[in-house]
Amino acid sequence: MSATTLIAPSEAATTSPPRKRDRAQSRSPRRRGRARARRTLVAWLFCSPFLFFFLLFGLWPVLASLLMSFTDITSRDLRTPFNVGFVGLQNYLALFSDDTFVRSVLNTLYFVVVGIPLTMVVALTIAVALNSGITRLKAVFRVGYFAPVVTSIIAIAVVWRYMYQDDGLFNAALAVIGIDGPDWLNDPAWAMPALIIMAVWRNFGIPMVIFLAGLQAIPTELHEAASVDGAGKWRSFRSITLPLLRPTTLVVAVLLSIAYLQFFEEPFVMTGGGPLDSTTSIGYFAYEQFGFGLYGIASAASYVLVLVIALLSFLQFRLFRSRS
Amino acid sequence: MTIAAPRRTLRRPSPRALIYILLSLGLVITLAPFAWMLLGSIKPTGEILANPNQWLPENPTLSNFTDLLAKQNFGLYFFNSVLVAVACVIGNLLFCSMAGYALAKIDFAGKKLLFSLVLLMLVVPGIATFVPLFVQVSNLGMANSYIGLILPYVVTPLGVFLMRQFIGEIPDSLLEAARIDGAGEVRIFFRLILPLSGPALATLAILTFLAQWNNFLWPLVIAQTDDMYTLPVALALFAVGANGTNYGLLLAGSVVVVLPMILIFLFLQRYFIQGIASTGIK
Repeated sequence: MSATTLIAPSEAATTSPPRKRDRAQSRSPRRRGRARARRTLVAWLFCSPFLFFFLLFGLWPVLASLLMSFTDITSRDLRTPFNVGFVGLQNYLALFSDDTFVRSVLNTLYFVVVGIPLTMVVALTIAVALNSGITRLKAVFRVGYFAPVVTSIIAIAVVWRYMYQDDGLFNAALAVIGIDGPDWLNDPAWAMPALIIMAVWRNFGIPMVIFLAGLQAIPTELHEAASVDGAGKWRSFRSITLPLLRPTTLVVAVLLSIAYLQFFEEPFVMTGGGPLDSTTSIGYFAYEQFGFGLYGIASAASYVLVLVIALLSFLQFRLFRSRS
Repeated sequence: MTIAAPRRTLRRPSPRALIYILLSLGLVITLAPFAWMLLGSIKPTGEILANPNQWLPENPTLSNFTDLLAKQNFGLYFFNSVLVAVACVIGNLLFCSMAGYALAKIDFAGKKLLFSLVLLMLVVPGIATFVPLFVQVSNLGMANSYIGLILPYVVTPLGVFLMRQFIGEIPDSLLEAARIDGAGEVRIFFRLILPLSGPALATLAILTFLAQWNNFLWPLVIAQTDDMYTLPVALALFAVGANGTNYGLLLAGSVVVVLPMILIFLFLQRYFIQGIASTGIK
């Protein structure tokens, strides 16, 4: 601010007749202070409706969630909030000595660690095929492959539960190629893979579009030069395309992991967390504890999720920053 | 030799043809669940449970849909879903563009802090805060009401982020010209910024509608009697309830939830694909 006051007069002296705005800016510091105070007031007024709801339903619950996770609050304390006792880290200790919760953490990791690479491979394969110089029907393919993204997970889970029945569409299709499929959702070993396949189907459209944009940004001269040097398609893909897509891949991986960490609707509709807790996720566990009225434990469970997601998001911002 | 010759002619045009074949195959697999859902929803009960199950219904019927309306109250749930989604769209368009304008074009004290908080909240998912949010909304006496369904999503950090990014691209010279002409900030916002923000507003409207139409956890938690259910809640509770094997009704219910969104998507696909790809929402 002081720099502009120093420069302004000399500028006014060297340049021809100052415009109206320049004169307004070179008024006394007190005037400008008042102008800034007025701008600040106007700006906060513009922000106020957003701010009101944002504080009440956005920021405060995030803080409250953390606070509640250190208390023994239950559904009976809703009317008498002063009966709530502080229990320190007890909820967190209880969680990690609870076999079901530990199982839900492992299940969530299973879902993320297997689901994300699968989703990315499918997305990248289709993106490469779409980017291979075809023109006809390209828009049709893109829209068709993207369609699952806009569907309600609940409706999709209902439809896929029907397809996954022992005598359902899935096993009928497998029988055509001579495979006797499992009773997907009732088999502890196959229930999670079933949910992962469905998640891949519903989500690959997003990374597909992002990969497509990344592929289109790679100059075609690079591939032409490689083919002049005698590199085959596969070699050119591995040595040029993949390295150049690395930033895109990292961004996609973080985006997907934030989404996949929250998985909840799938077990709710399709398995009820079973069989034998094989599909209970952290989110599902938190919802169940909430259903039992154990708000303190539920908050602690969901805060474990917040911490993991916060960590990943931090990573993502670092990536975005290093990219730009 | 006689075998080798035709094989070569087959292989010559192969790369492109092969890509088309693979892409078409993939598309058929991708769209198969939609077809299975649509065809199943017009099958009578006997055909739904038949084994082996055929793709095409022998006696197509709309009875599943009429049952949904008459016996399962899906007309009301549809209305609730539309009401909540539209209310959230209006709130987001108005309030988030106002805040986005201030954050993009006005230099004021506290701006950095506010924008950092918005960025921070971008990634906090509903599953992380639903417990205190439920306590909060219940204490405000808004549980099991439209207000309770709508208010927590009437503004979103995503909305502010999108609008700030877009409005930031509008040239300052336009605003300054308006200010020299004596226009106040309110006038500038409504007469200049909003009309220029059409594409961003459209994207935000679509993303908000999509997110609310498919939202599940919050309406599940806050709607306690069935007159407040939205479509996903009604469908999910029906699916896990006592009649959870009535797949005729369940598939018809899925069609009611999925089809409107697919149709909107087909008409406005550009906004959907760009909007979702750039924000990466769930």
